[in-house]
Amino acid sequence: MSAPLQGKSLRSPLGRARGLGSAKEGTAHWWAQRVTAVALVPLTLWFVANVIALAGAPRIDVLAWLASPVAAVLMLLLVAAVFRHAQLGLQVVVEDYVHAEGAKVAALMFVNGASLLLGALAAFSILKLAFGG
Amino acid sequence: MAAESKPSSASHPRPLSPHLQVYRPQMTSVMSITHRATGVALSVGTLLLVWWLVAAATGENAYAQASAFMGSWLGKLLLFGWTAALFYHLGNGIRHLFWDAGYGFEIGTAEKSGWFVLAFTVAATILAWALGMAALGGR
Repeated sequence: MSAPLQGKSLRSPLGRARGLGSAKEGTAHWWAQRVTAVALVPLTLWFVANVIALAGAPRIDVLAWLASPVAAVLMLLLVAAVFRHAQLGLQVVVEDYVHAEGAKVAALMFVNGASLLLGALAAFSILKLAFGG
Repeated sequence: MAAESKPSSASHPRPLSPHLQVYRPQMTSVMSITHRATGVALSVGTLLLVWWLVAAATGENAYAQASAFMGSWLGKLLLFGWTAALFYHLGNGIRHLFWDAGYGFEIGTAEKSGWFVLAFTVAATILAWALGMAALGGR
């Protein structure tokens, strides 16, 4: 920033140092979308490989699969990353296309609530299966 | 003064860009909106994943019901679309990560990486289903 502007800026030095901008969250949303994306690359490939092996399998095979701590933990991380990534992405879609304030707030509440509900259902089910069904 | 009130955006909708009715789509722009569409589709598709997990955690009957649906032609069709959308979003997501890191913005490179993603989507979807059908047939 040039010197003459610096003296006239209405932003406080603290606000500038924090770098969070007018939305008060800086690049947190953008960054979380990328971090979950990177995590989902190996997790998704691992998940697809395991689901293929379980195609048409009886329930006992699913129990045996999730009885392994590695499988159960990777599934929990996958579910966490999937629903965080989906929630962040759907939030941007809603903000881009829904402009009426009431409908936007309602849509965002639905997206956040549904992501939390589905993520919690999946996580609890994984734990229950991991501990013996 | 009052008679010349400023037109509000509500009564006079402003034109939106791109002007879709006169816009010639390019491969890159179609792939961009498809990334978003597959993202939304996959979000809805998580219902299948959650149903499968909840059913398995609930018991034999619930699991048999979910299993029967996913083995039906409708279930297989949904799963096939889900697989294709997943591999597209995965491949194109990696393409986006390269852009985020500052690489591949030249038009020629962006089109080449786009075709690569499409080829990956087709190949990975076919491979996954060939392996899945083989696993299913082996039971």
